[in-house]
Amino acid sequence: MGKARDTLLGPIFDENPIALQILGICSALAVTTKMDTAVTMCLAVIFVTAMSNAAVSLIRNYIPTNIRIIVQMTIIASLVIIVDQFLRAYAFGISKQLSVFVGLIITNCIVMGRAEAFAMKESVGISFLDGVGNGLGYSLVLLVVAVLRELFGSGRLFGVEILALVNVGGWYVPNGLMLLPPSAFFIIGGFIWVLRSFKTEQVEEQD
Amino acid sequence: MAKNSVGQTFGVALLLCVVCSVLVSGAAVILKPTQVANKLLDKKQNILTAAGLADAPGTVDERFQSIETRFVDLGTGEYVDDLDIETYDFIDAAKDPEMGVAISADLDRAGIKRRARRIPVYLVQKSGQVDKIVLPIYGKGLWSTLYGFIALDRDDLNTIRSLLYYEHGETPGLGGEVDNPTWKALWNGKQAFGDDGSVQIQVVRGSVDPASPDARYSVDGLSGATITSRGVHDMLRYWLSDGGYGHYLERLRASKQGEA
Repeated sequence: MGKARDTLLGPIFDENPIALQILGICSALAVTTKMDTAVTMCLAVIFVTAMSNAAVSLIRNYIPTNIRIIVQMTIIASLVIIVDQFLRAYAFGISKQLSVFVGLIITNCIVMGRAEAFAMKESVGISFLDGVGNGLGYSLVLLVVAVLRELFGSGRLFGVEILALVNVGGWYVPNGLMLLPPSAFFIIGGFIWVLRSFKTEQVEEQD
Repeated sequence: MAKNSVGQTFGVALLLCVVCSVLVSGAAVILKPTQVANKLLDKKQNILTAAGLADAPGTVDERFQSIETRFVDLGTGEYVDDLDIETYDFIDAAKDPEMGVAISADLDRAGIKRRARRIPVYLVQKSGQVDKIVLPIYGKGLWSTLYGFIALDRDDLNTIRSLLYYEHGETPGLGGEVDNPTWKALWNGKQAFGDDGSVQIQVVRGSVDPASPDARYSVDGLSGATITSRGVHDMLRYWLSDGGYGHYLERLRASKQGEA
């Protein structure tokens, strides 16, 4: 049971794919201006990493070595298209806002990285947990970034006003930078800094 | 068979493709009706918002009953009735060599190059009479094309009741402020045309001086979004002039009040 737990929970703080491996940054910049898009994106990524890991692991003994990357890619791409279709059918408003970024989960390095590095070697169940764990690790960073960006950029969380903005008669002058992609870089940087202050073993050696 | 043999490579590839394509096309086919319904609902919701019926009671479809959709041939300003409301998409039609027309560069203030010959307009009924008309507009901003609606009073075909964009890709917090309710509220009551019938509505830089004689035609620009503001200004100038709805509005002015 210990291994399953470590596989599921390890990627959240100890081996966070964004904070430690610095993977999957691109979408973390794009979809984090609002909580609802960020949450949807998190669920989509958790689903895709978990299912692709399980699927790759299921057929790992049959995949010829020389086409393994293409096989993984095909599985991931199919799952992403299915997710995209579901969002369009059941969460039209949000899928309109996420637009191309759902499709870009295909190129999210975390998904492919876990398929290649983990699912190709491990059994189905544990690979599935690894996928969920890495999805959660990604989600944690995304949600932290989204909370800060939506709160300080537009004074809201999930579209509900928290800080009354000046332009609707309140007191808070929104920080416009928070709504632009570069702000996510600063927040992720800050997140990594805080995380590594507590978990000093993650600090890289000086060159 | 060995794992890396040519046979197995092709076998695995083929099998995988079949399984994946069945899953993907299955999802697409099964979910298609819901997706189409969603899209239509979203569009109706936007038209209702432009018509000022966003918060009225009833479901979207019930509220939409008070809105009549007609198609206008922009060249003549007359109605045409041979198009299907459910399937006709005037954005797609613009690209079609038959259904669309090219806009000459000197007239193309909206930056859209082509437009459909026939465009749907939405007539908002109130106690048996046409109260407002909702006209689709679109044009280039800074990064993207902005798609929206403008609603005019049927009474004078001059007073703007609302302007809203339902799709755009402008910078959040800057050009994206076209979605700001405070800014959108500025449009209500503005006059689109001057006394001589020419398009006068304008988006000015900074704030409108209330004492200026042009104040009734002017709306504040969005701060930090000069090009988006310019885009809104230019597309209104295009769509309300003879290149856009000019002929149609002229024809309506000549017809009886409350009819359209």
